[in-house]
Amino acid sequence: MPAATPRPGRRWGKLVPWLFVAPWVFGFIAFTVGPLLYSLYMSLFNWPLVGERTFVGLHNYSSMLQDEDFLDAVVVTLKFAALYVPVNLVLSLLLAMLLNQKVPGQGVFRTLFYLPSLISTVALVTIWSWAYSHEYGILNYLLSLLNIPAVDWLGSPDWAMRSVVIAGLWGLGGTMLIFLAGLKGIPSELHEAAILSGAGPVRRFFGLTLPLLSPVLLFNLVTTLIAAFQQLALALLLTKGGPLKTTYMVALYIYDTAFKHFEMGYASAMSWVMFLVVLLLSMLVMRFSSMWVFYEAEVKSK
Amino acid sequence: MKPYQKWFVWSLLVCLSAAFMLPLYWVLVSALKGPQELFTWPPVWWPSQPQWHNFSDAWQSAPFDTYLWNSLKVSVLSTIGQLFSSSLVAFGFARFDFKGRNVLFMVLLAGMIIPWDAIMIPLYMEFNLLGWINTLKPLIVPAFFGAPFFIFLLRQFIMGVPRELDEAARMDGANAWQIYWRIHLPLMIPALVLVGTFQFLAAWNDYIGPLIFLNDQSTYTLPLGLASFSGIHGSNVSAISAMTVLLCLPPLILFFAAQRQIMEGTTSAAVKG
Repeated sequence: MPAATPRPGRRWGKLVPWLFVAPWVFGFIAFTVGPLLYSLYMSLFNWPLVGERTFVGLHNYSSMLQDEDFLDAVVVTLKFAALYVPVNLVLSLLLAMLLNQKVPGQGVFRTLFYLPSLISTVALVTIWSWAYSHEYGILNYLLSLLNIPAVDWLGSPDWAMRSVVIAGLWGLGGTMLIFLAGLKGIPSELHEAAILSGAGPVRRFFGLTLPLLSPVLLFNLVTTLIAAFQQLALALLLTKGGPLKTTYMVALYIYDTAFKHFEMGYASAMSWVMFLVVLLLSMLVMRFSSMWVFYEAEVKSK
Repeated sequence: MKPYQKWFVWSLLVCLSAAFMLPLYWVLVSALKGPQELFTWPPVWWPSQPQWHNFSDAWQSAPFDTYLWNSLKVSVLSTIGQLFSSSLVAFGFARFDFKGRNVLFMVLLAGMIIPWDAIMIPLYMEFNLLGWINTLKPLIVPAFFGAPFFIFLLRQFIMGVPRELDEAARMDGANAWQIYWRIHLPLMIPALVLVGTFQFLAAWNDYIGPLIFLNDQSTYTLPLGLASFSGIHGSNVSAISAMTVLLCLPPLILFFAAQRQIMEGTTSAAVKG
């Protein structure tokens, strides 16, 4: 604890610091942790929005295992994450590396790649559903110039998931910016030394850039993973889960269960399971991060 | 880099950024097209006569002025609340050594991973109980109690300010509130620009929150209003495109105004955090 200067807490009485942090403490209880615990309580009930609620114990949790809609939604969510997370990370890292080169107009390019991440999902979805239009869409027109037959982007079960991922990738600006900051933090002397010792670009990337970037990569991996598992607005607006439920993800199923069928108890149970899965996944990634993440101090001591 | 490499990277960046901008360009052009040019093949890259009246026509085809007013209320009020509460809490964590502070701060950081999806159902029940459903309160009031990420950012910023400044002010008889209000708040302005921009953007762009808490059209915000408009008038492409352009405009303007703070702020938070 930093105590080099006289500690103000003593002179101002014990209560003053708490007055400053009180807003957050109250808000955390009222709008975050309180609701989280309350939904655990709700998940033990058959809880319609109006009418009689009955205690059912863990029944909501056990019925999840027999609910085929839920299990299908889990598979769809895993597919989405398996596609979205790696492609997002690779693309935003590649863009960041391009932006890190000294070429004219760097700042302009950075802004252009970042802009789409600033707009509302509603706008993003209108823009993409028009671009994806089967008959009049700009994408199918560009394909036709290359003599590629038109794709039914949102209507075909084969393509719908990929189309959702592509539209989602348009907003990778935030991830890219964080990679770029990480790249700028690598001292250029290290690269110059590596070039002098005869290392080619591939070796410099895997031997120098990637290890030094690994803490940033870990941060981006965890945040993208969490975002992928909670994707709701995109599927809700772009495909409504269709066609043939090929984009019907868990978050959408939970939303429908709660706010269309008004089964609040069952929906709470599902959202708790999702919360625990996301928590577990993030903890696993953190746990195994020591195998591939290097922090500056370690590199220095080697 | 050799000159030819430089040219290669530059052309690659030009192509990629053109690809990124294409959907945005396309919606803008579609907003300006007349009905006969929208549905032609091959598509028209630039309308022969830009139909600027599409914007005012679209605006009048639904109560968009009500939606705009609601969006402004939510975005402005929640931003004011967020700036005030997050900076206050950040000052508390940065400048006082009280019992349990470190534990409490760990709790704050851990709270960041609690996803909104996991609490949207009980939050709905809570606001229902308070009689707040169909009002803008659920979208405004929570911002008056701070957000972990913003508190974290502002705390980092305050910790970078020398403590001697506080000491000097205290010698002159200032109390804790005055040190926060008169010294730290003005110093924090660059960080507050970042927090304010992010909060405004989040509130302005939010769709799921309004979707859950608002049922009555007179309380809709712009994204919710536009989504319901395109659900009903799906074939009116030029009006939907025009409203989409208008919805994107404030975030883009705000970004250009606060560009420096956003770029520096995001990077420092990510690399230090």
